[in-house]
Amino acid sequence: MTLTSAGLITGLIWVAAGGALGGMGRLALSNLMASRFGTHFPWGTLAVNLSGALVAGAVARSLSLSDEAYLVSTSWLLLVVGVLGGYTTVSSLSLQTLTLWLSEQHRLAALNLLGTCVAGLVLAGLGWWLAGLWL
Amino acid sequence: MTARVSYLAVGLGCAAGSSLRYLVSVASLNIAGPLFPWGTLAVNVLGSMLIGWLYAYSRHREHGVVARMQPLLMAGFCGGFTTFSLFSLETLYLLKTGQPGLAVIYLVASVSLWMLAVGMGYWLGSGATSRSITNGTR
Repeated sequence: MTLTSAGLITGLIWVAAGGALGGMGRLALSNLMASRFGTHFPWGTLAVNLSGALVAGAVARSLSLSDEAYLVSTSWLLLVVGVLGGYTTVSSLSLQTLTLWLSEQHRLAALNLLGTCVAGLVLAGLGWWLAGLWL
Repeated sequence: MTARVSYLAVGLGCAAGSSLRYLVSVASLNIAGPLFPWGTLAVNVLGSMLIGWLYAYSRHREHGVVARMQPLLMAGFCGGFTTFSLFSLETLYLLKTGQPGLAVIYLVASVSLWMLAVGMGYWLGSGATSRSITNGTR
């Protein structure tokens, strides 16, 4: 399926709006986690990435789009590409893993990176499964 | 920077980063097709490199333009450009569609390239800073 330029512009609007919301949500949760648990470990990034993976799994199952529909579905573009895409982050994950590593906390750095990836995959699967129960 | 301004900066940066990520994924679908998530891999690697550079560069120039624009550029743009939820979802899809080998390749390649990229960005950012200090152009 080809995407028209009008479709692309509409898509950009949905993604940008969702991304703005998602980014502000990430900031809010990161600030909250930092004030509760301190900044010794990046709890905020862990919390956004794991909750985002869980919700992404559930939303993907609920929408159950065909392969061609991903480029044009408003719900997918707004919620998944926009809100959840902007809410979760890999750049902070890799930067915080690097700074843990550079401050000689090698085991914690490895645990942060690998733990986030494995738990994210499990939680995306869990979200998928949970949405199946509800549907 | 007041809380309201930093929310606005992160929101704007994240909107821009997310839009660019969407364009990259549309382009990668057109060029490489849907068999492997090249688009997400690319944005996550590039975003990691950029945040590493920004972090190292602004660390030694705390009152510079880059440091002052950190919420816009780092938490905003880099945060929106990269995505962990789509990465998890794509790995799950590869598993669900009976391609466990490809899922493992995607996971291992992603994690290694993210770290390589953020390290390289950090190194470049630190190098550029120390050079400009020694040259007196700080």
